[in-house]
Order: sequence, then C-alpha cells, then structure tokens
Amino acid sequence: MSTPLETATHPEHLRRVCIEPLTRVEGHGKVTLLLDEHDQVQQARLHIVEFRGFERFIQGRPFWELPVTVQRLCGICPVSHHLAAAKACDRLVGAPALSPTAEKVRRLMHFGQVLQSHALHFFHLSSPDLLFGPDDHPAHRNIVGVIQDEPELARRGVLLRRYGQEVIRVCAGKRIHGSGAIPGGVNKALDNADRELLAADIAQVIDWAEDAVALMQGLFAAGGDAYRRFASVPANSLSLVRPDGALELYDGGLRARDPHGEPIFDHAPDQDYADLLQEQVKPWSYMKFPFIAALGPAAGWYRVGPLARVNNCDFIDTPRAEAARRTFAAAGQGRPVQAVLATHWARLIELLHCAEAIARLLADPDLTGDDLLREGTPARAGIGVIEAPRGTLFHHYEIDADGLVTRANLIVSTTSNNQAMNAAIRRVAQDELDGHVLTEGLLNRVEVAIRAYDPCLSCATHALGQMPLALTLTRADGTVLDLLRRDADGGIRRAPPGSGGAMANARP
Amino acid sequence: MSLLDPEPDPGQAGARAPRLVIGVGNPARGDDAIGPLLLQRLRDQLAGDPCAGEVALLDAYQLQPEHALDLRGRRETIIVDAAAAGTAPFTHTRVVPEPTPTITTHSLSPAALAGMHQRLFGSAPALTVLAVRGERFELGAPLSAHATRHLAAALDWLSALLHRR
Repeated sequence: MSTPLETATHPEHLRRVCIEPLTRVEGHGKVTLLLDEHDQVQQARLHIVEFRGFERFIQGRPFWELPVTVQRLCGICPVSHHLAAAKACDRLVGAPALSPTAEKVRRLMHFGQVLQSHALHFFHLSSPDLLFGPDDHPAHRNIVGVIQDEPELARRGVLLRRYGQEVIRVCAGKRIHGSGAIPGGVNKALDNADRELLAADIAQVIDWAEDAVALMQGLFAAGGDAYRRFASVPANSLSLVRPDGALELYDGGLRARDPHGEPIFDHAPDQDYADLLQEQVKPWSYMKFPFIAALGPAAGWYRVGPLARVNNCDFIDTPRAEAARRTFAAAGQGRPVQAVLATHWARLIELLHCAEAIARLLADPDLTGDDLLREGTPARAGIGVIEAPRGTLFHHYEIDADGLVTRANLIVSTTSNNQAMNAAIRRVAQDELDGHVLTEGLLNRVEVAIRAYDPCLSCATHALGQMPLALTLTRADGTVLDLLRRDADGGIRRAPPGSGGAMANARP
Repeated sequence: MSLLDPEPDPGQAGARAPRLVIGVGNPARGDDAIGPLLLQRLRDQLAGDPCAGEVALLDAYQLQPEHALDLRGRRETIIVDAAAAGTAPFTHTRVVPEPTPTITTHSLSPAALAGMHQRLFGSAPALTVLAVRGERFELGAPLSAHATRHLAAALDWLSALLHRR
C-alpha cells in the first residue's frame, strides 16, 4: 500500500512543497509534498519530531515512579500514559489482574480522560473545519467563530471538558500530575461525595454527547461524496477489543483487520505485541513506521484511533453508542468506513460511549470499595497496552534486580498513524494541488486531513510564542518557488519567486 | 453543585478565591518547570499566611479552553509561565483579549484564553502574564542557573503583589 508514496522513477525531477509547522497539531511538524515533472504528487511526508528522548529519560529510574513520571510525556493525554505505565508496572509486581475496585477506578479515570480529550478535539479543534468548511476565513474558522455562530455548542464543549477533567481529578487526585494508579492497583477509591458530584450531571453529559453525535452524523450525511472521498485511503485497522468483540478502551486483546474488514489477527494477547508489530526507520523522518509483521512494511501499515476502533469492534456495550455505531457501520456498506472525516463521527460515538460507561460505573458499589492493591510474583519485564484517545498506546519496560528501568519502548498512537497520515495527505494533494501556486485552500485541507488523526507529540514544551505556519514550494535542488505563511495573528504573507524568501503581506 | 454550571460556586472552598495563580509548564523539561516550581514555592510560602485564603493556585501543563471557567469570577488572575525570549528576569503584562485566536496547537495563548472568556461570559478577565525568562527546555534538563535566579526574583514580585490589598 505504501509503494507509490516511497518511490519515484526520476527523483531528480521532483519538486517539493513544505508546510511547516502545522497548526493545532502538537509538536513541531511540517509536510513535504514531492511533485514530479507533470505536477503529480509522487510522495507525501509528514515530519514530526518524535519523542524518542523520553525512553532514554526514564532509563535508570525506579519503576514505581513511572506512572507519575510518564505523565510528563504529554500535556494533552497524561492520563493515558499514566494508565499504560501502571498496567505495565502491574506486570512488574506480578499483579496483571486487579481488584474490582482498582480496575473500575482506573476505568472511570480513563473514560473521563477520553471524554475530555474527544470533547476538546471536536468542539475546539475540528468543529470549525466541519461547520464552516476549509475555505472559510481563518479569522472565523476557529473556536471564536464557533462561539459567535454556535454559542451553545462552544459552551457545551468547554463544560464537557471540565466534566472529564473533574472525573480525572476525583480518580487521580488532581487534574494534572495525578497519582491515582499505582503498580498493582490504585491508591484510593472514590468516596460517596465524589460519586454524587459526578452523578449529578452525567445524564446531561450523555444527552449533550448524543446531540454531538447527531450533529456530526448530519454533517457527514450533508457532506455527501465530498466528505466520503476527502483524504480517504484504504487502511488496515488495529485496536484492542473485548473478548466478546465489544469496543474496549482499557484492556483487551489486539485485533487487526484489513481494509475489507477481513481479520489479520484477532484477540491476540497484548503481551505479544512485539511479535505482531515491527517498526521501520526511514532516513527522512525521526518517527518510526510501525507495521503488522505478517504483512511486511509495504502492506502492513495500519490506522489506530477512533475510526479504527469503531470499525474493528463487533458492538458497543452501551445502548445509545451502539445505536450510533450501527448507523455508522451502515455507511460502510458492509466494509470498514475509510473516510478520514468519519474519524470525527467515530470520535463522538466514543465520547457518547464514555459518558454512558461513566454513568454505569458511578452506580457500581465496587467504585467505593477498600480492596485497592494486588501483588504477586515480580517480573523483570512489563507491557501495558491501552486505547488512548488517539489510538493504541504501548508501554514496555524492562528492569534490573533493583527495580531500575534498563530498557523502555513506547509506541504512541501518532507513531502508529504515521503512514496513514502520509497517505491521507497525499490523497488530498493529489486531489487539490493545481500547478505551481500554493493556495491557502490546499494548506487548509492538508491540515484538516492531519487534524482528523489529532496527532500529538512532543507537546509538553510550549514556552510563550511559537507556532507559525508556512507552506513552501521548492524544486528538488532547494530553489524556493513559492512560500505562503500564516502567522500567529492569522495574517497571510507570501514570498514572491526570486525574493529569496522576503515576505510581503498577502492578506492582513 | 453542578459541574456543568459555568457560574462560580461560592460554596466550594478555595475554588473562588478572589485571586488565582496558574503555573504553566512541564516540570520535566528544563526551564519549562519555572511555572510549576514557582507555584510550589508560593504554595509553601503561603502555608499559614493570612492571605492564603485569598489566593487559589492551579497547576497546568498548558492553557486549555476549560481554564476560562477557572478565570470566571476572579478579581485577578496571574499566569506564570517560562518565556523562551524577552527581558530577564521577568516581565509582567496585562493581557488584552485576542480579537482572533492565535493559531495554536491544543493549547491556548493567554490572550486567546482571555478572548474566549470574554466571548463566553461577556467580559474581559483581569489577567496578567508573569513571563519568567528561561534558557534551556530540553527533556530531563535541570533548571538552569539563570532560571533559578529569575524564578526567585519573580516569586518576590508575585508575593508582594499578593500581599498588597
């Protein structure tokens, strides 16, 4: 599947389009499009500075610190790293099976994390694209535009975020830097006051989530073929599933399906991930390229995240989300839905599922139990796999006799989606790039395609004043043909050919 | 109380102190730790201090949309963050709400946060950014010597501000 992206008969004739860095995407990224002499897009390359340094950072540290330490990997989904690390550490202390209270507190925390992350993504990052379209003025195609035009939607987005953050706070002790999950269990259960606090609003949260699904479903239907075709590429899907095939976000077996929905492997133990997946290195990228070992690197790349999960599961075990999933699945006409924009639809179905699952857990007496920790025969290696908001997340640690980390391997969801994002960008560029002139519309559409995956890397350094956006067209020899830049204030500047990159205001 | 009510809850202890200090940054990334470290030192300093009840402290990796709710109803909010450039040891700037949001990542700039508050609630928050100059932001790096001095100076300034009635 990746062959057309990676080869060019005459690479000396290729020209290069760069977008650097991406807006509303974590980490410093840029996109390079390589064109042939006929202006056809030959290759697409998304460059993101991957967080490999973190694996070295945790080497030599005591394993029991990891559930807290790894939260510093990411300011957006620290709870996912917290729980993946805790699951790996459960293995290190010989407690892969937790007490019912511990597992349910962790699940509640995880549902809160996914809910608040999905709410942020849809209401504040993606809804402007979907409500106003990629050609809307940048000054309006953002959360301010949503507040102006859809104030109730914006308000709900903020409040759903807060609700999810409060679920995390109740389970982990704090909104960030929490320490709820520890090797072998949790350090506290919920008390009745916390449970009542969360239970008071959950019915409203479910209703809002269901409204959001209906909104997205309507947008997708109204979008017609344009929505279905946009950035669409056939991809394998990878996710956890429950033993009975249900959607599973916290713990389960690994399922991979091909673009037709046929199984590649199913209910594979997550501890065997290293046999199922391999990682390829490419000279032009800091990111690794994971692939399904049985298929090889060319055909084995895969997609993770909401679209993969909702395509992969046989059902969802909460009623309103399952009803929404059935409508979603019907859009695929018997095959996995491959439209990138359907990722937003799947994301909101998951948001609804999380809200329903939170409601169910809040009624469970185990949540306030006092059996918090398990232990068993210690091990020297531990693997924790979880479905983070953006997709399957792998943490793998090895420790020495003193409990110090000697080796760590993390596969984050953005790495898994690496090739899928490249394929989506290439599809957009093939459909939209016209000649030698870079347009804001092309830039916007490339971003919309990437944003569907919600990539998030190296996001924890954020010191004031960063993140402009530039689209550059150069020949293979490095000559700049065109450069379009969107600054932090939304102004557009263009460097005309022959200017050596000197910018002029194209549109304030 | 309802978590879905954007209005401040006067009954929640500490949650609606007149002043709020938000320490922004990642403690694992060198001088990016300035925000959370300053907040921790302020927390220690305020222990037992009569003005502690007047100030709420909040850690944050990044500014997010829901922080607009934390600003709601405050007399003043101070965001403490590391600055990769600018005047040492620190600057303090009143934030003007942004008419159009900064092109951002998942996080918001202080001006975008103020703008979001203004649009959601109809008024601009009283918001100040205390930007403390840092130098090194590598993963695993300790706080630099310069940042240590800048942090101490910024803490003195902030402490004096908070004790001013």
